[in-house]
Amino acid sequence: MNSQEGAGVVIHGTAPSIFLRNISKAFGETIALSDVSLDLRVGEVHALLGENGAGKTTLMKILYGLTQPDTGLIEAGGVALTINSPRDARAAGIGMVTQHFSLVKNMTVVENIALASANTFSLDLASVRKEINAASAKFGLEVSPDAVISSLPVALQQRVEILKALMSGCRYLILDEPTAVLGPQDIDSLLEVIKKLRSESGIGIVLISHKMAEIEQVADRVSVLRRGKVVSNSKVSGMSSQELIGLMMGNDEVAVAQRRPTQQLFGDPILALKGISVTTESGELNEVSFDVRSGEIVGVAGVSGNGQAELVRVLSGTLALDKGSVVIEGNTLGQTTPQSLMRAGVGMLGEDRHASAVHALQVMENLVLDCIDNFATKFQLKQKEILEHCESAITQFEIKTTPKQPLGTLSGGNMQKVLLARLFSRKPKVAIISQPTRGLDVMATRYVRSLIMQASTEGTAVLLVSEDLDEVLELADRVAVMYRGAIIGIVDGSTATRETLGQLMAGIKQ
Amino acid sequence: MKPRFALRSSMPWWRGPALIAAAAFVSFLLSAIVVRWAGGAPISAFHYMFISPLQTRFGITESILSATPLIFTGAAVAIAFRAGYWNIGAEGQLLAGTIGATWVGIHAEPLPSIVGVPLILLAGMLFGALWALVPALLRTRLGIDEVVTTLLLNPVALLIISGLLNGPWRNSETGFPDSDVIAKSTQLPIIWPGTRVHLGLALGVIIIVLCWWYVGKMAGGLKLRAVGMAPGAARIAGLPVERTLLVAALVSGGIAGLGGSSEVAGVAHQLTTGISSGFGYTGVIVATLAALSFIGSLCVALLFGLITVGSFSASRALEIPSTIGEFVQSVLLLTVIAALVIQKYRVVWTRGKK
Repeated sequence: MNSQEGAGVVIHGTAPSIFLRNISKAFGETIALSDVSLDLRVGEVHALLGENGAGKTTLMKILYGLTQPDTGLIEAGGVALTINSPRDARAAGIGMVTQHFSLVKNMTVVENIALASANTFSLDLASVRKEINAASAKFGLEVSPDAVISSLPVALQQRVEILKALMSGCRYLILDEPTAVLGPQDIDSLLEVIKKLRSESGIGIVLISHKMAEIEQVADRVSVLRRGKVVSNSKVSGMSSQELIGLMMGNDEVAVAQRRPTQQLFGDPILALKGISVTTESGELNEVSFDVRSGEIVGVAGVSGNGQAELVRVLSGTLALDKGSVVIEGNTLGQTTPQSLMRAGVGMLGEDRHASAVHALQVMENLVLDCIDNFATKFQLKQKEILEHCESAITQFEIKTTPKQPLGTLSGGNMQKVLLARLFSRKPKVAIISQPTRGLDVMATRYVRSLIMQASTEGTAVLLVSEDLDEVLELADRVAVMYRGAIIGIVDGSTATRETLGQLMAGIKQ
Repeated sequence: MKPRFALRSSMPWWRGPALIAAAAFVSFLLSAIVVRWAGGAPISAFHYMFISPLQTRFGITESILSATPLIFTGAAVAIAFRAGYWNIGAEGQLLAGTIGATWVGIHAEPLPSIVGVPLILLAGMLFGALWALVPALLRTRLGIDEVVTTLLLNPVALLIISGLLNGPWRNSETGFPDSDVIAKSTQLPIIWPGTRVHLGLALGVIIIVLCWWYVGKMAGGLKLRAVGMAPGAARIAGLPVERTLLVAALVSGGIAGLGGSSEVAGVAHQLTTGISSGFGYTGVIVATLAALSFIGSLCVALLFGLITVGSFSASRALEIPSTIGEFVQSVLLLTVIAALVIQKYRVVWTRGKK
């Protein structure tokens, strides 16, 4: 492509708008898109809003050449574009940052970017480095060119991806749920970058998102997709978030999320952490102590990378302690293992639902995976009981599936419901729940949160680790804020505000 | 136009069997070319290979006899692979089993059969499991890749046999590098009178049925499958991943080792360096062709037994090399793997740039 043009530091001028016309796409019997039309303009942030499975990602994958439409065409400036591969898309000036980054983890930033634009037999890393520095300055995307990707936090890896796309000379940039993996501060700086790219470089940006606040903050126009169709396309300024949620969900009764009433009567402390310290390559925990009482939800907030992940790993038994102990109902567990925690009554919902799901096994098998022995005689599995257990979970947790479907074929929301059903049907004394609604649509999010509340009402001590401040504020009775591996403060949930938490997350003690 | 793979979203029931049939047909065509090249007539070669052994009792029983070790190694590989433990060492474990069996066999003169036979089987199983233990510990304790370690231990086992046969176990009568004949009381009884089919076949079938029941129907089997499909998710669900892998590795080695006992005590009645003609490696092919199903492994092992016997008769009758049998087996593996890919994916032709 245009490596001669240097760091993509080109004045893009007025590139033609891109029109997607009457795009349809089906996967087997599932219709992902039906007759969708959309126009994209340079210098505009176009938000794509829709529930999970509404077709946003499929539409953008078609635009970026990752998949082909069954019917319909893409044109720019009156000419039909043939986009059969990402290479074609980049040649047409379209770049994309997917949810899963395509970076070689053990290479440096320079090497990764050189890889993307390498089309000659010689490799001039020095000039690529120069181009990176120039592009960084121009777009306000600071990176250190010689850092190895795996050593960078997610936010910076994302920045490298954006830079890579921009340096290939794209005039349109598709960002697929870019904020789903970021903490609040990183989200703010990403939104700033988006604004700057639009107004200073005239890039046309497609922002796929579930989050109303972001859309209101940066988007010019918003298209709402619902079940594979565009149900609305308008200026953001003309829409309220209630209207948008209504369009997206297809009904008008949108209750604004409400804080759950604080319970006054908590039981005894069930889970107590006593001076827990660990050190890993990715982060550390420093003398972390707090407890969670029966019926209480304790939220853990903090900017990503301040020890939350390590805390969860300790409580799932996959990280050895240097110091301190975990106490469950007065019984001190030394080194925690998944089995010892499970035996003590601790249940776990990990942040990556795919990592907790055996995709190729049936839903009913996944549902009993943590208590197989209860569903088996000495010589065989009690298939009938497993099936009955699954059927009742499907009804109780409103899971859209049949018992024998492989878990991997379910949508994110339904998969999460299966994992929650597995967690809560054991009636755990303690539930460790990490990022429960990440990437879920509004309906599923609301449902998952209500499940968590219900479990706590029934007496489970819940530890909720979430980067979604609204979620923490909505659910938590107390909020523990983590900063540099330590608990910097614990705030009462009913009096906590974004501002007070934000200060603590920034390391400022009241 | 350029081709591309896309995941199939729906799968009619007949596609699997139809594709396997197509794969078999294609592999016959490809083999026919090679048979022709070797100077034989393909149709009569296939007749000798697949039909004529089945027309005589001798052909049938010899095919079953050739299939017997493959039943063990196929099951051994399948159970390890199902747990996600990539044991490529069934060959070495089988050979270790033959060492254990021979050791018992040449020292068991005074024992009655009722003790001797179980003892020789047990010894093979133990030695096979023991041979599998080291790579399994390296994998579960230190995370060292088992593909490399199990594979590299195969020639070591053969070298130990060679050392034993040239040293302490050298034949006391002939002085040749093969062991003495094992005690009568440790030789496996013939279960089909008038043929060479021995107790090993029955044991192999029992092992297949036990594995099938365990993996498909028992709690431990569900755990084993979960560990094999997604170890991370299994760990989160509180399953003992390392222990499962260790047990699968040992059971796999034990089954392969039992196959070694079956060969020494059932057929050869002594240890030679040629005791295994790559049964462990062929076991990987058997299990793969059977898509890691146990009943399937039994069927593929029997088919391979037939091909082995048939290729010898084709070779004698048509004066073509008997290695043609191995060629047919290998081509079958390739076409069936291709068929399995086509079963999961479809080929899409897209308009490329001019």
